[in-house]
Amino acid sequence: MKLRNVFTLYTAGFAALVIIIGILESIGVLQLQGISWIFMGFSVLVYAMIGFITRTSEPTEYYVAGRGVSSIYNGMATGSDWMSASSFISMAGLLFALGHAGLAYIMGWTGGYVLLALLLAPYLRKFGQYTIPDFLGARYEGNVARTIGIICAIVVSFTYLTAQLTGVGIIVSRFIGLPQDVGIYVGLLGVLVCSFLGGMRAVTWTQVAQYIVLITAYLIPAIMISTTIFKVPVPQLTYGQVLQSITVMENQIAGRDNPNLQSVPEERRNKRIDPAKEKETRALWANDVKMLSARLSNPDSALKAMAAEVDARLAALTPEAVGAKKAALEKEKADINAMLSSSATPALDEAKRTELSARLSAIDAELVTLTPEAIAKAKEKAEKDKAALPKTVDEAKTKWSAALATAKAQLAPPKPYLAVPEGMGMVNFLGLLFCLMLGTAGLPHILTRYYTTPSVKQARSSVGWSLFFIFLLYFTAPAYAAFARYEVFINLVGTPISELPGWIARWKIVGLFDVVDKNGDGIVQFADFIVKSTDFVVLATPEIAGLPGTITGLVMAGGLAAALSTADGLLLTISNAISHDLYYKIINPQASVSTRVWISKILLVIIALGAATFAAFVKLPVIANTVAWAFSYAASSIFPALVLGIWWRRTTAAGAVAGMIVGLVISIYYSFAHFNGAADWFGIDNRSAGLFGIPAAFLVTIIVSLVTPEPSKKLQEFVYSVRFPKGAMKGKEVEALGASS
Amino acid sequence: MQETKDKARAQEESVDMSAELEEFERTGQLSQEQLQNYWKENRNLVLTLLAIWAASSFLLQALASVLNNVVILGFPFAYYMGGQGTLIIFMLLIYVYAKKMDELDRKYNLQEEEEEK
Repeated sequence: MKLRNVFTLYTAGFAALVIIIGILESIGVLQLQGISWIFMGFSVLVYAMIGFITRTSEPTEYYVAGRGVSSIYNGMATGSDWMSASSFISMAGLLFALGHAGLAYIMGWTGGYVLLALLLAPYLRKFGQYTIPDFLGARYEGNVARTIGIICAIVVSFTYLTAQLTGVGIIVSRFIGLPQDVGIYVGLLGVLVCSFLGGMRAVTWTQVAQYIVLITAYLIPAIMISTTIFKVPVPQLTYGQVLQSITVMENQIAGRDNPNLQSVPEERRNKRIDPAKEKETRALWANDVKMLSARLSNPDSALKAMAAEVDARLAALTPEAVGAKKAALEKEKADINAMLSSSATPALDEAKRTELSARLSAIDAELVTLTPEAIAKAKEKAEKDKAALPKTVDEAKTKWSAALATAKAQLAPPKPYLAVPEGMGMVNFLGLLFCLMLGTAGLPHILTRYYTTPSVKQARSSVGWSLFFIFLLYFTAPAYAAFARYEVFINLVGTPISELPGWIARWKIVGLFDVVDKNGDGIVQFADFIVKSTDFVVLATPEIAGLPGTITGLVMAGGLAAALSTADGLLLTISNAISHDLYYKIINPQASVSTRVWISKILLVIIALGAATFAAFVKLPVIANTVAWAFSYAASSIFPALVLGIWWRRTTAAGAVAGMIVGLVISIYYSFAHFNGAADWFGIDNRSAGLFGIPAAFLVTIIVSLVTPEPSKKLQEFVYSVRFPKGAMKGKEVEALGASS
Repeated sequence: MQETKDKARAQEESVDMSAELEEFERTGQLSQEQLQNYWKENRNLVLTLLAIWAASSFLLQALASVLNNVVILGFPFAYYMGGQGTLIIFMLLIYVYAKKMDELDRKYNLQEEEEEK
């Protein structure tokens, strides 16, 4: 059967499944939990089946899919290899939170493909090796460069891999309710079946299948929301109007001038927004900040004072204390009554009389709080407060710091969504953009994909297809972010706390966000909405828009496909770097073909388990943050070595090795040093660590190359020959080369 | 300055001539000069496209606060470009590159043999 027919059939089958589940849900047979199980079971089963059908132990098939993947399918596979949990789940959330500054991710993660197409892909294909360390080893003649290449590839891919497995864990735990750690291992199984059985060949075809799932899952909810609001099913066009609504409502909340108020139709504004109440709520958060900062400046005594206060309250509630107080109040009451009715003191003037009556009603009010029921209630509350007190100073510090961070985030009025970053903000924005672009072009698991095309010509067009398939998701992400922000402003703000929409209740439990009634007026203000994880933008949008649970299940399947496909590619890259580059090329060049493939398969299992354990124990801060570091690492080590190696024949082995080491070390140092508050060079954000690593790597490579003897004539001629597509080796020839070298 | 550098590099390139390229010359009737012209055309194409790449992303975003005064269909211009427009330019750049390089390959008779599939 032709490939196209296979995938048409597959897509139709997938659509049929979604429709059947939708029908079952509408007649009430299925709940969200059940839907999620079916989606997860179905997708992992299909991926495993593809892995089984395409199983192989042939090295060319195993390492580079026989170099027979045409440019469109390679583009699709690269697309899902590329689009990870962070693209699918986190990116729209970043845009939601960052506004204009978030566009760095959209442009950065696509612009890198231009560099890849123009500077690297065709030449790598002409070189015709198996892995990126292979290229470095051949170009820089020797095992030193190869070893550094292996280390760079592993550091970059491993950082990225743990982020993906964390993503899988989050998805599985949120939808199915398994603990996150268990979720990580479930996801692992899905990844392993594929890469273990058929290496690059199985991974490629699974990734094509995964692409179809993830792009459907991303586009459908956005299209449906756009249709609901505007009756036009093109979210990418309609969200411009939404941007204007957002700006107007933000200005209302913040109490800023609203020049464009009239240009936005009334039905796309929220009349319930109350600037005064918003201001009041923000002021309460500001109070919290003051209180918590004071506590944190001297946590020890603050904690003691709090404990003393609770104890005093409890002491006042013992039967003896209550009895004594009651007696005292009763006595005072009797005295006053006597004084008022006594004729012995006729000099009692009107003012004194009023004062005494007031005191009398105050006493009555206080007596009510001393009824047995009221005492029991107060006691319960005091005991609860006591139990909630942090047990140790350390615990108190952690708790208060977290509360302080929340309060700090809530006290400011919403930042204008469309505001362009200024000053250092602009520098960091462009810096991140630069790092992400160069990093994209330096990621080993993406670079190896261009070894799998049949020719140089196809490698060039394949990059274009990759970008097209990535583009479909990326140009929808800003629409997602805008719709989510719009829904929060228009439907959530001003709603009575007692009538919160269903999606709030459901996603609050999972800990994506929280709604607290800070000023106790029973109405939600924007400052009452606490975002704990911006991931809610993609995960909850279907429900926010009132779409059925089937669509939410579909989003889960999409997120899973995105995370699994990327994890697959990364896992393969790491194990190949070790089995092919380290073991075969350096340790045991006599190893037979089957030994090499088997070692690679065993390594897959070990590395996967290692990464999963790492992800389960070291909880990574935010997926996108971790991923941003991986980009800086790749951009400052692999990218310079490849670009200079191809475009400048004078680059020497010593230069490349020195450049890679310096670049990588600087980037890693800068991304971690901020934890100790050490490094803050020129106010550059740690996510743009590459801003120092990249120029350093280029500079060191060039300088060291110039002071070391130029590469051998033979090598320079070889580099020269890579510039011309003619004579590119085909699959079998490369394999022969691999066997003879 | 740039020109003299280019010349120096061209000279340097003409010195080395690999066995493989000699083979090219014999079978494909390609002279060293033609190979160099091919590479030069390739390099100029890449540099032009990279200039557009940088302008449509870095330069455009650096000027975002000015460009955002233009609003089309609700989209401030720089925001639209960052979310969509620049991405379309990126795709066009790769498309143009692949197409031009195919033409260049044929012009210098450097295209690969067809796959035997």
